[in-house]
Amino acid sequence: MNARRLDRWYLVALFVLMVATTIASIRYGAMDFSAHDMAAAAWGRLTGNPNLTLDQRIFIQLRVPRAILCLLVGASLGVGGTLMQALFRNPIVEPGLVGTSSGAAFGAALFYVFGALLKINLGGWTLPLAACAGGVLSTYLVFALAHTKHEGRSSILRLLLTGLAINALFMSGIGFLSYVARDPAARSIIYWNLGTLSGADWNSVIVVGIATLGGLIPAIAFAKSLNALMIGEDEATALGVNVRRLKWMVLTINVIMVAVATAFTGVISFVGLIVPHILRILRGPDNRFLILGSALLGGTLLSIADLVARVLLRPAELPIGIVTAVVGVPVFLSLLRSREYLS
Amino acid sequence: MLTANQLVFRAGSRTLIDGVSAQFEPARLHLILGPNGAGKSTLIRMLAALLQPAEGSVLYDGNDAARWHERDLARRRALLSQAVDVAFSIPVRELVLMGRYPHFGARPGAADLEICDEVMRFFDVTAMADRSYGTLSGGEKQRVQFARVLAQIWRPLEGAATRILFLDEPLTFLDIRHQIDFMQKVRAFASQKDVLVVGVVHDLGLAAQFADRLLLLCDGRILADGAPRDVLTESNLRTAFAVSPVVLTDPATGRTHLVFESGSTTP
Repeated sequence: MNARRLDRWYLVALFVLMVATTIASIRYGAMDFSAHDMAAAAWGRLTGNPNLTLDQRIFIQLRVPRAILCLLVGASLGVGGTLMQALFRNPIVEPGLVGTSSGAAFGAALFYVFGALLKINLGGWTLPLAACAGGVLSTYLVFALAHTKHEGRSSILRLLLTGLAINALFMSGIGFLSYVARDPAARSIIYWNLGTLSGADWNSVIVVGIATLGGLIPAIAFAKSLNALMIGEDEATALGVNVRRLKWMVLTINVIMVAVATAFTGVISFVGLIVPHILRILRGPDNRFLILGSALLGGTLLSIADLVARVLLRPAELPIGIVTAVVGVPVFLSLLRSREYLS
Repeated sequence: MLTANQLVFRAGSRTLIDGVSAQFEPARLHLILGPNGAGKSTLIRMLAALLQPAEGSVLYDGNDAARWHERDLARRRALLSQAVDVAFSIPVRELVLMGRYPHFGARPGAADLEICDEVMRFFDVTAMADRSYGTLSGGEKQRVQFARVLAQIWRPLEGAATRILFLDEPLTFLDIRHQIDFMQKVRAFASQKDVLVVGVVHDLGLAAQFADRLLLLCDGRILADGAPRDVLTESNLRTAFAVSPVVLTDPATGRTHLVFESGSTTP
């Protein structure tokens, strides 16, 4: 079918765009690298040359993993958004809705305020672990509270509202912690809630990479069932979809992707909301296209945002959460106005 | 053949369906009637294997439907509800193609696309194939949904298994012309394609005209079961609906006609 072929071309174009953005993002920053510098650094790393210059080491140890982490986190948020909007059959849903990102932020805030007191020190892993544990625990809390004996038509709505309530609770917890915290900790909490990729290294790339690919591949397998869910839970069941199983699988995938990504980068808002919309405006709501497309576009958008965050005030850096909204909102609004999308 | 065997369904302490047994046959149109709260929707959802009965069983060609895999069930039974809410704006053709989901893996085959075209022609929706579902009128939407549901069971299955169509108040949002048109198409579909149809409708007049068999449900039990003229009697209607219409029989066709006058409700 023609629409299928066009979908494939869109995916190719999105991939090319992602590669181009990534090249720009490793090239420019607090310090710019020429193509020759980049090739020399990469060659030096590949051949195991022990005498890399400081610049070359910065490029290999910081710049490249940061660019890759951008792609992975953006992909996780984009796919998470697509999955949750499809599952809740609601276009205003964000991937953090079931409590994942507010719980992660609460875990991180606890670490900033009480981490030094508890004397638990796992090096650079303490903060990501605290955040990830917070994200998973709060999501579990939402599931447990939303679960009732009657698995009826209202079960998804109950989950959505429980998520909203638990989010509000954790946000007030974060507010309280930043209110009682002294200055370096209070600033760190604020900074973390706006998101940053400045902590990127190869370890974080590996961990987030496993979570992203581990979520993306099964998500693609559920695309057709999520399409059927567009016409309602009963109708999807009548079409042969095990809705209960689909719901738990998709929520689990989303929690893994979003909790791990958030653990390393802080709360990055808006990407998970707008990426699926941009793609739906371009190509319609077919999840077989949207899931892969939102992985590519999510990564691209976050790379662009991170590049802007690094370059705009260089050598200083802006929190990426500020940039994602500033870059994303105009694109989103102009697309919303241009088509009969919401009819 | 579809068999309901002593079905019981409870919600909390209330018994919604209380021991319903019935047999349904291929190529025939069976309609379930009853007052509000009689348990019609619950019954049809149990027959469609979307709800598990608390007691009793539903048999498709003699096999317990509860033990079937969702996908195998979906290949032989389809359900049309009174109003399907589509969450995102999707082209009509894609929506109709969803009816073929249980029959293909990742991508539709040539037969699936062909069936899609045939059902769209059957329901006069070919002209709107590329339109967005959200832009259609209520009646057009219901025709598209009907096309989707029929696409699911359009062709015979291997081993000549009975295909079953369930209709849960599908006429609610249609005007009278479309209601009649719709019932004619259901009848034609049932007899030409040898499909078993079980539906819930509210309009007693339409039910009398089109059904091969009526089941009158009241308080979760079957009050009467049989040909329209045997079910739509004055005493049955008074018991079930607390109304006393004038029941007329057309001497030429033998069909039953009901006339409701003001004051036909009984205390």
